Amino acid sequence: MSAMYARTVPIVPAAHGKDAAFEYLTTRKDELIGWARKFSIFPYPFVTACCAMEFMAVSASPYDTDRFGAALPRFSPRQADLLMVVGTVTHKQAPILLKVYEQMCEPKWVMAFGVCATSGGFYQNYAALPGIDRIIPVDIYIPGCPPRPEMVIDGIMQLQEKIAGSRHPIITDRF
Amino acid sequence: MADPIFSTLQQALVPAAGPATLAHGILVFMLTPAELQPAVRRLRDEFGFDLFLDVTAVDWLGQSPRFELVYHFYSTTHKQRVRLKARVDEGDPTVDSLVPLYGSAAFMERECHDMYGIVFRGNSDLRPILLYEGFVGHPLRKDYPKQREQPLVPYRS
Repeated sequence: MSAMYARTVPIVPAAHGKDAAFEYLTTRKDELIGWARKFSIFPYPFVTACCAMEFMAVSASPYDTDRFGAALPRFSPRQADLLMVVGTVTHKQAPILLKVYEQMCEPKWVMAFGVCATSGGFYQNYAALPGIDRIIPVDIYIPGCPPRPEMVIDGIMQLQEKIAGSRHPIITDRF
Repeated sequence: MADPIFSTLQQALVPAAGPATLAHGILVFMLTPAELQPAVRRLRDEFGFDLFLDVTAVDWLGQSPRFELVYHFYSTTHKQRVRLKARVDEGDPTVDSLVPLYGSAAFMERECHDMYGIVFRGNSDLRPILLYEGFVGHPLRKDYPKQREQPLVPYRS
């Protein structure tokens, strides 16, 4: 039993000499922080309608958004940095959506999941908000009624590229 | 074809209600707004129509009277439905509330008031239920502009 768990590779203290590899890494601050941030997306699911089924499908193990670091939903906007608006938003719900958005801390991104959140979809009436970008800025639009899980994953990956390529002003002249 | 309760109903209500018709197995009465509440009371007390299913309206734009109220009732003893209709005019779209007879009428009348602007006399709470405070007009009326928006949050420019 003990032999089974015995280490076959001895632990050798790292040689802090000049020949050791990867002791130093030079990079740009924005690239480093963008790289870190793009794999730690904490989504807040603002789920209002039938797209919720697709949201569940894409979150579950067959598609597994955890591969992109975007699986753990936070149900407090304070702890989230990706607002996923999944489904139709009505004029009556719009103040709630705005409040949730304003409660999120920077940095924050918004995903319009499905055609209703994107543009109102086929709703063109007294009740539906014709696209959430009328009230809050949107980073990624995912069309479809509902979108395929592949489209959602593609949207997450595009958002990751956007995060990786943007400025991250966490260190300023005033610290 | 028709259930025995239907012939009884027809005989009992026809003097007040006018001729009834049978549509898809539902007895349909066309009433005047004033006859509505007494007829519903008899339906409930004498004929066992103990479940108030729905009240809605039809907007016959261009006709007079313009609005047709449609009520549905169900009897859990007879397993039958009955439909009552009444026309009210645009100038005074008022009808007696059924809240004294069925408590469940309160919310359904609020919705009908939201959508069509029908005033239910006796319903003390006709605040918006599906719409919001400040909404102007009644969106299921045929002359409500389809694309009119009344946003609660100002749009970003």
